Amino acid sequence: MNPLSLTGLCRALLRRELTVMLRSRAELANPLFFFLMVCALFPLGLGPSPQLLATMAPGILWIVALLSVLMASDSLFRSDFEDGTLEQVLLSPVSLYLIVLIKTLGHWLLTGLPLTLLAPLLALMLQMPSSGLVVLVLSLAAGSLVLSFIGAIGAALTVGLKRGGVLLSLLVLPLFVPVLIFGSAAVQRAVQGMDSVSPLALLAAMALLSLALAPLAIAGALRVSLDQ
Amino acid sequence: MQSLLDISGLGFERDGRQLVRGLSFAVKPGEVLRIEGPNGAGKTSLLRVLAGLYSGYQGDIHFNDELLTSRCRPLLQQQSLFLGHSPAIKMTLTARENLEWLAALQCRQVSAGILEAALAQVGLTGYEDVPCRQMSAGQQRRVALARLFLAPLSLWMLDEPFTALDKTAVLELEGWINDFAAQGGAVVLTTHHDLTTVTPLQSIVLGGSR
Repeated sequence: MNPLSLTGLCRALLRRELTVMLRSRAELANPLFFFLMVCALFPLGLGPSPQLLATMAPGILWIVALLSVLMASDSLFRSDFEDGTLEQVLLSPVSLYLIVLIKTLGHWLLTGLPLTLLAPLLALMLQMPSSGLVVLVLSLAAGSLVLSFIGAIGAALTVGLKRGGVLLSLLVLPLFVPVLIFGSAAVQRAVQGMDSVSPLALLAAMALLSLALAPLAIAGALRVSLDQ
Repeated sequence: MQSLLDISGLGFERDGRQLVRGLSFAVKPGEVLRIEGPNGAGKTSLLRVLAGLYSGYQGDIHFNDELLTSRCRPLLQQQSLFLGHSPAIKMTLTARENLEWLAALQCRQVSAGILEAALAQVGLTGYEDVPCRQMSAGQQRRVALARLFLAPLSLWMLDEPFTALDKTAVLELEGWINDFAAQGGAVVLTTHHDLTTVTPLQSIVLGGSR
């Protein structure tokens, strides 16, 4: 019986999070399929005009990515709540901040990151000029991280409710708005050949801020949700 | 002997109903305490208060002479184990993965030997790497019970631990409780079972005043 070092603890937490998610593949694939399908519907609905699609592509990609992340965050704490894992997490001497930080990071690695990597492919399908691809990937990488953490706050607040889905959207969507504005602005500026460093920098700042502060809010929300 | 758990003037309500008022009791090392009462009398709530999952209570709880607040209870967290209605077992993970992670939550690293010994103790030899989804409800319960043997503890808090267990397992668990108490451990549990073989057994009855 040995005490566990901090790195060993982090590794155990992350490995477990990833294993659990990788073994429920349907849940993992859902947001990605949603992203793929909805983006594929836009050319059908708007008509195949390349100019129209090209101007709308940054907005479409960002909005659909945002909705996919929202969809994925609903289930973040649900199964842990139902099988009693969250109780044990709250009773653990390990800091709740660390546990939720790693859990949300693991969740982002398997939802936000694949979404980010899939986005350039869909951008080409939507006729987006290739000058915006790098910025699209960068903005989505930072942006989806912020969205994951904000979504996790909402998921933690609504985890005790039977049907928390609608409430979750109401709670988090307003908080998603700044990310959407800066994210799609960055891509649009890049597509138009303008400098997009400043919106990207703002997104990166938001990502760092949410990494540092969101776990506090998530931990607090979980405590409130389970204190009954 | 000094008491491990000392409760004085405890009261709490659920949904506007005062379930417990002015409850005082103590649990010494080597004692087994059963919380009795009809459904809805607050047995589970009382265990959740003791474990630190429910903070809406009045009164004082001391563990090893340390006053517990709702947030700060490191000693209790390290030395006690709470097993609730839901066993905290992930269906997609194997018994080994589940137990390793639950031990990590206690800041402990368990060697393969200890882990296999704990699973053998609960009769799950050969099931170490079987996903819990493929086990029966009773076997899943046994995986959760294996946590009792992973680390040295001084207090077990068990909420309906006999659920889904077969007759032999019930007797086995009663035996483990006896052994644990004989080694100086304390057990607080809720159950509707008779606990025929558990001695010495103390009881408190909730909801008698209604």
